[in-house]
Amino acid sequence: MRESFILALVLTLGGVGQGVAEETAQAIGDPEAGADVWILCSGCHQIGPDAEIGIGPPLSGIFGRRMASVEGFPYSRSMMRMGRDGLIWSLETLDAYIENPRVLVSGTRMGFEGLEDPTERADLLAFLREFSDKPSNIPEAAPTALAALPTLSDETLAIVGDAAYGEYLASECTTCHQRDGSDRGIPSITLWPEENFVLAMHAYKQKLRPHPVMQMMASRLSDEEIAALAAYFATLGR
Amino acid sequence: MTLNRRSFLGTGLALGAALSAPRAIGQAKPRVVIVGGGAGGATAARYIAKDSQGAIDVILIEPTRTYYTCFFSNLYIGGFRELNSIAHNYGGLASEYGVNVVHDWVIGVDRDAKTVSTAAGHSLAYDRLIVAPGIDFVDGAVPGWSTAAQNKMPHSWKAGSQTQLLKAQIEAMPEGGTFCMVAPPNPYRCPPGPYERISMVAHVLKERNPTAKILVADPKPKFSKMALFQEGWERHYTGMVEWLGPDFGGGNVSVDPDAMTVDIDGSVEKVDVCNVIPAQKAGHIAQVAGLTDASGFCPIVPATMQSRMDENIHVLGDATIAGDMPKSGFSANSQAKVAAMAVRAALTGSRAFPAKFSNTCWSLIDTDDGVKVGASYQATEEKIAKVDGFISQTGEDAALRKATYEESLGWYAGITADMFG
Ligand SMILES: Cc1cc2nc3c(=O)[nH]c(=O)nc-3n(C[C@H](O)[C@H](O)[C@H](O)COP(=O)(O)OP(=O)(O)OC[C@H]3O[C@@H](n4cnc5c(N)ncnc54)[C@H](O)[C@@H]3O)c2cc1C
Repeated sequence: MRESFILALVLTLGGVGQGVAEETAQAIGDPEAGADVWILCSGCHQIGPDAEIGIGPPLSGIFGRRMASVEGFPYSRSMMRMGRDGLIWSLETLDAYIENPRVLVSGTRMGFEGLEDPTERADLLAFLREFSDKPSNIPEAAPTALAALPTLSDETLAIVGDAAYGEYLASECTTCHQRDGSDRGIPSITLWPEENFVLAMHAYKQKLRPHPVMQMMASRLSDEEIAALAAYFATLGR
Repeated sequence: MTLNRRSFLGTGLALGAALSAPRAIGQAKPRVVIVGGGAGGATAARYIAKDSQGAIDVILIEPTRTYYTCFFSNLYIGGFRELNSIAHNYGGLASEYGVNVVHDWVIGVDRDAKTVSTAAGHSLAYDRLIVAPGIDFVDGAVPGWSTAAQNKMPHSWKAGSQTQLLKAQIEAMPEGGTFCMVAPPNPYRCPPGPYERISMVAHVLKERNPTAKILVADPKPKFSKMALFQEGWERHYTGMVEWLGPDFGGGNVSVDPDAMTVDIDGSVEKVDVCNVIPAQKAGHIAQVAGLTDASGFCPIVPATMQSRMDENIHVLGDATIAGDMPKSGFSANSQAKVAAMAVRAALTGSRAFPAKFSNTCWSLIDTDDGVKVGASYQATEEKIAKVDGFISQTGEDAALRKATYEESLGWYAGITADMFG
């Protein structure tokens, strides 16, 4: 029983060490670390059940809120315009705004330079998310994690990869990933099942997976090229 | 309910002895016992029996012979469905899938011995136990109300005779009378359910008793599909529904079932029908088995739906703390498939794939005016997390709303077939 319990877990995790795609969702960030970043905001903004308007509007319930919609707060005209256009605060819009407020809302009154570090932003967003509606109570509330895998159309999944073309393209990959499948700090991708390879590459391409180098590599590959690489690595050395 | 004599349907298990005999490891077929034959339990029973093709013994213990789905019970109140169209029995699970259906109550779980005991006096051994007992009500949640008063002030939050009673009371309301709902605090089964019910009650009253009033006392400042419901009430039932959130005392309510009065923040109202939906917790047996935490619900491991308290037990549906998933029949059905796969993998070594969950809740506001909210979820180590979703928009055209309603009819046919075969 014990063995089969562990076996089940291993199967569920997709076989550790085989290079199979990790298919669990990713947390937005670390909310505890985000609480430290919040210090940059808390001079002007309040959050929590009793949060009120301060120098800035309260940020409880920010996810899913229309921009410029806290009654009684004197928003800038730019922000009001965005609210009238129906823009909603979401992970994406908040991330862009916190990174560089004036890029998203040119005339914003928020006197904040922006936060360059993506990890700090992610942690802050994870912290802020805890103070908005819970999807278990309000199913339409904003997501609380990032999907690990993209949803691909049947056509994309059906593309048969050209392994010879894949071999040609693979030279870029094998600069880092060892052809013989050894793992020296960079995970092996040799003999990876084709579908997992395709899903993982699309996850990078769609920026669902965080690794910046892989996002850059994947962003340059077409659907056919991803299929070709998958076909090549699936059979490498056989 | 009165307890019937124990009864067995289906594949003719030898009574008593065979069920309670200690099981020698490595000899007999592995056995799964499932407590509760609702959206979670029935689905799990069917999937394990179907996919293991006889390699696992499946015993489903459920006290009632007829399961009335809560889903679409509001449509029955509204006159859109017959009662018998939401009634299902367990004959197909027994005859087509070889599930041993036992009509009995589970009253105890011995986690060390891995046995459950039933009201009829049986003890059944299990290799894996699945607990899916739905909800029970928190005692004292609405001062003045208890289940002893449920015939005067029905909850109708478990379907069947309670739903029938509420419908009859609504239809018997005096002209210009008042219907009151005491709405539940979070978390509760079916987040949009109370508001779909209000829509259906309004639909009935608009036709039969157009000067009647509907009063909702709600402890929550915000609820699911709020903008959609409020738009619909304004459009179809203008002036009929008065919703009192916590700012207007909706969270400070007591009732007197004998006097048929409701006290909302100190002002006492005489009402003709009072639908009290109290605060909820996991079905009692989950607590008896030691599977609940301080919240009254059961923490689970997201990837397998295993109890955090006991790896040999899986918990499904409304009884769980399912992270971002709402308590719904769709969710329970989705979780049941994940658990069924994990159970088969553990007991027979079959393949398990990464857990994927989804949910959609449709609600009917008026004839052909359907709306929906849905999401997909993935397991993180910590919880089942929402990663994506959608919701109907206000101001949608009639054709889209009708299509949404028709989609819900297809869903109902699909999920009940998925549960009962
Ligand atoms: C008015 C209303 C409308 C709804 N509409 C929808 C909808 O449109 N869509 C949707 O997806 N969901 C809807 N729901 C929610 C849905 O009904 C529940 O979420 C779902 O039934 C949960 O499934 P479950 O298996 O956890 O519990 P249940 O379906 O309640 O099943 C639990 C079963 O366990 C049995 N049981 C309890 N204790 C024991 C014991 N000790 N021993 C043996 N058996 C036991 C009970 O008899 C019961 O049959 C609605 C709910 C309500 C109230």
